[in-house]
Amino acid sequence: MSGQVSYDEVEAGQELAAARYPVTRLSLVRYCGASGDFNVIHWNERIAKSVGLPDVIAHGMFTMAQAGRYVTDWAGPGSAVVEFGVRFSSPVVVPDDGTGAAIDVSGTIEEKLDGNRVVLALTARSAGTKVLTRARAVVRLP
Amino acid sequence: MPINQDYLGRTFPASAPYEVSRVKIAEFADAIGDPNPVYRDRAAARAAGHVDVIAPPTFAIVISAAAGSSVITDHELGLNYAMVVHGEQRFEYSRPVTAGDVVTAQATITDIKAAGRNTLLTTRTEIRTVEGEHVCTAISTLVERGSAA
Repeated sequence: MSGQVSYDEVEAGQELAAARYPVTRLSLVRYCGASGDFNVIHWNERIAKSVGLPDVIAHGMFTMAQAGRYVTDWAGPGSAVVEFGVRFSSPVVVPDDGTGAAIDVSGTIEEKLDGNRVVLALTARSAGTKVLTRARAVVRLP
Repeated sequence: MPINQDYLGRTFPASAPYEVSRVKIAEFADAIGDPNPVYRDRAAARAAGHVDVIAPPTFAIVISAAAGSSVITDHELGLNYAMVVHGEQRFEYSRPVTAGDVVTAQATITDIKAAGRNTLLTTRTEIRTVEGEHVCTAISTLVERGSAA
């Protein structure tokens, strides 16, 4: 958690500090339960591989949630997310090796809009591969 | 089996009312590993200007899934769920989903198209309170792998 940023103090082009979020098989099982998305590719390695995936993969929405956390942690509690969109370009592969995977998120202030809104361009990688593309959040700052 | 093109433009009935609870929001925040107090502590949420605890931005998917499940389980649409991955997701918010909200979700299939051997299915789901206030619009593109001719 950061403090509160204000619209006047941020500049277009500003880069935000990167963050790393871990993801394990346990994370995915918990996310299955909390979200209600029990698609077998998120918890059953045998079936995931039988349908051509390299291993169990994270829910796209789990990855998007990490990017969302990155945005809200930066923006602070007095801000509001107005729009948030991503394209899932590659799966986050989560091996059963006691370590799991990590999602690395970074961001840049792409543009300042009227109404105290800013556009954040986000990047998310796992094992060096881009897992989100066209990831943008529009946030209204105080 | 290819996805049934007759479903393009179809609007499904609105979901049954979904009551957003503090417990469910906290469970979801735990599951995504986000310790932010505005998702758990009413006083922290009020200090940030909300009437009660709010949900993380992507919590809206839990509500839109309630409507989406009627799309996914519609056998005449012909979606093979084990072959489905998420392609794109977008949310437009009028305000955060807040504990105590009673909302419905109504999905419309806005696009069905082939991309190589895959089929892309896009839905637009409107989440509103039962009083009619717009909270969030969720636009989802699902990819069914290998189903296009």
